[in-house]
Amino acid sequence: MDGHTHQHTSGRRELQMARSMCWHCQSEVSGEYFCDRCVKVQPVSKELDYFTCFGFPRRLSIDQQKLEAKFYELSRAFHPDFYQNKSDAEQTISLGNSAMLNTAYRTLRDPIQRAEYLLDLEAGSVKDIRTTPPADLFEEILELQDTLDEFRASDRTSDTAAALRTQLQTERAALEQRQRDMESQLQQLFGRWDALQDRGEATDQARAERDRILKDMRDILSNRTYVKNIVNDLVATIA
Amino acid sequence: MARIVGIDLGTTNSLVAYMDKGTPRVIAGRHERAMVPSVVALTDNGLIVGDPAKEHLTRNPERTVYSVKRFMGKGLADVQDELAYFPYTLTEKGGVIRIKLGEKTYSPPQISAMILKELKLRAEAFLGESITKAVITVPAYFNDSQRQATKDAGMIAGLEVLRIINEPTAASLAYGLQEKTQGTIAVYDLGGGTFDISILKLKNGIFEVLATNGDTHLGGDDFDRLIADLFLADIQQQFGLDLNAHPDHMQGIRLEAERAKIRLSEELKTIATLDLPEGKGRFTRELTRDQMESLCTALVERTLGPCRIALKDAGLTPTDIDEVVLVGGSTRMPLVRQRVQALFGKQPHCELNPDEVVALGAAVQADILSGGTTDMLLLDVTPLSLGIETMGGVMSSLIRRNTTIPASAKEMFTTYVDGQTGVDIHILQGERELAKDNRSLARFRLKVPPLPAGVPRIEVTFLIDANGILNVMAKDMRTGDTQSIEVKPSYGLSDQEVERMIEDSFKFAADDVSARKLIEARLDAGALIITTEKSLTDGGQLISGDEVTAIRQVLSALASAKDGNDPRTIRARMADLEQAAKSLTVAMLDDSLKRGLQGKKVSEVT
Ligand SMILES: Nc1ncnc2c1ncn2[C@@H]1O[C@H](COP(=O)(O)OP(=O)(O)OP(=O)(O)O)[C@@H](O)[C@H]1O
Ligand SMILES: [Mg+2]
Repeated sequence: MDGHTHQHTSGRRELQMARSMCWHCQSEVSGEYFCDRCVKVQPVSKELDYFTCFGFPRRLSIDQQKLEAKFYELSRAFHPDFYQNKSDAEQTISLGNSAMLNTAYRTLRDPIQRAEYLLDLEAGSVKDIRTTPPADLFEEILELQDTLDEFRASDRTSDTAAALRTQLQTERAALEQRQRDMESQLQQLFGRWDALQDRGEATDQARAERDRILKDMRDILSNRTYVKNIVNDLVATIA
Repeated sequence: MARIVGIDLGTTNSLVAYMDKGTPRVIAGRHERAMVPSVVALTDNGLIVGDPAKEHLTRNPERTVYSVKRFMGKGLADVQDELAYFPYTLTEKGGVIRIKLGEKTYSPPQISAMILKELKLRAEAFLGESITKAVITVPAYFNDSQRQATKDAGMIAGLEVLRIINEPTAASLAYGLQEKTQGTIAVYDLGGGTFDISILKLKNGIFEVLATNGDTHLGGDDFDRLIADLFLADIQQQFGLDLNAHPDHMQGIRLEAERAKIRLSEELKTIATLDLPEGKGRFTRELTRDQMESLCTALVERTLGPCRIALKDAGLTPTDIDEVVLVGGSTRMPLVRQRVQALFGKQPHCELNPDEVVALGAAVQADILSGGTTDMLLLDVTPLSLGIETMGGVMSSLIRRNTTIPASAKEMFTTYVDGQTGVDIHILQGERELAKDNRSLARFRLKVPPLPAGVPRIEVTFLIDANGILNVMAKDMRTGDTQSIEVKPSYGLSDQEVERMIEDSFKFAADDVSARKLIEARLDAGALIITTEKSLTDGGQLISGDEVTAIRQVLSALASAKDGNDPRTIRARMADLEQAAKSLTVAMLDDSLKRGLQGKKVSEVT
């Protein structure tokens, strides 16, 4: 284990201890989100990850039905509508918890955001933001940029513009296909990640596999975002 | 817990509703009408609201305010294009529109507060208790300033606004309660001034909004305007008359355009008429439904774009929608129904009265808040993206549109210069790339301890609460201190201004009450005079000549009291008249009883 991961776990333990006392009656909280003794709502710890919050293991395939059911259940527990007659402190907690819950649900619901979030948790890094095209697309993208510039400068009613538009539309289809390819690659990686986690091995080999999956996932995710932005730009220009 | 009422504060009509043992009901006023026209008039006897104020639209156009909702949370520049259409004078102070009525000017929240007060009084009279808490609805597409302005209006009216909810989602609550629907529904709400579309998923009592869109400046008012413009052009051509010089007739033509439009929802053609000024006689014109539809079709088309965007944002296609619900008076137009049906490919629902369903839903939400209804929960979204201005005048988005609320985002701020003591933050709402193309919500200055550049770390939390209203908090990450933030709204009243308006409203409350008493007394007196006169015509022969003379005397005493300014005198003369007319009433009753008995067998009587 490297030092970074180690720090991470001990940090979490401290925070869980910090929230184990009820803010209201100071008794030890053993219930999940409510104090067993005084039944007051407890603030969800900021360090609690979204998977844990929903009671899910850190897997990349998620049963959407179960996720939604849990979201509705927790919404019924936290939503400010049900705290109108409670103290200011409880209302504040309810507001904070609901906002957190909504973010968690939004993140886990979408496979791409879910993967980005897991990457962040596991590899402790923020998203890679690409500013240059991925190597295998370099030539293609540079050419596309030129065509786009030419199109922007052209008289939209001219034949040249019409030809350029057709060309851009072909480019667009090609890039969208690429995006889909990357998404299916991601799906495979998600499956590999989940299988590895399910096996739960602690060998060096398993650790190397883990790091490889995370690295590949990160690369494809950032390439995908890059291509997606290019497509959006393209669509906006020819619209 | 004290009772909470639900209020639909509409552009054209407003209503108040309450929960009666699990069933939401609207509260009717006199004449069984539940709708209060959203009109406020300044008369010689003070400010009046609703139906009596509506009569002043043509009598007193410069001093009669309608459609004030269009001005909520706005600056004068926002409504520049339509200033010409409004007969009353608009100015601006501190980024907020002011409406001139007589010597004084009023902010839109103050005018709205008068409508709210009318509803409050109505609810108090009906329920026999004091009402201080309410849920008020707003168009789903209202931005932060417009929501805040609505909340301010509530406060000025002496109401604690426990929740602002969106009109289409309120409608879905009333609808869901009634029909126990499950599945995906689209609520299409076209009222007098605003258009909203909301897509919701209903499942086991959870009403989850998937996406919402709309246009806060599109409604029945705009149809009326197009029709009125057509009439005006006709009048110009036929009579060489420019009605713009006659504000009272301008209102007359607007109201006639609306009436014609409403008739054309039932009929295929109709006749519009207006008595013209300057001795020009009478304008008459036939308008067919086809003609009206070709005028209005572009506006109706404009509602379809937002519907498509909402569907796309929800990740759905029209075939995924199980049911379509129509809300708002303008959805009675056949053209609107056709277009909606064509878009979604199914017959829309309109079982619940489209005028009342929003207020009913507000009452359901009020009941949820007071703990009465526990199985329903509304999860709404923020209609517009929220962000801050970053370098180069670009908007950086923090909370995307259609994010479920409450929603929060955190952003870390630091300094660029050594010893810098503040960071200016400009908050925006909208979907455009550049800051200047979006709605400016507020600006504030973050206080920073003087330290070398890049060292301070201030975390700012932007939190959109369940009302869709923004709250900002800041925390110094080095010291853990939180700082309260004075946010200066770009288009809103400051807290101090609202305070002052609340005080003013108490000061005027006394005047208002006596003005109201006078108006009511006059109305009641008018009604009594008419019925008594009718009785005299129908049954005068049943009593002696002296008695008739006596009644006529008291009758004219009441008529002159009615022209005076004292409600007590009017009430006293009314009592006199009732007393004097007693013999007449009794005689007429006897007479009708006798005639009723004629021809009947004795056995039937006993
Ligand atoms: N039968 C009808 N046919 C066409 N239009 C109608 C009909 N009945 C009412 N309207 C129009 O509906 C509008 C009023 O609708 P509604 O009372 O739902 O609006 P509102 O709630 O006051 O406005 P908003 O919701 O936009 O703030 C008016 O423009 C009116 O002319
Ligand atoms: Mg309405």
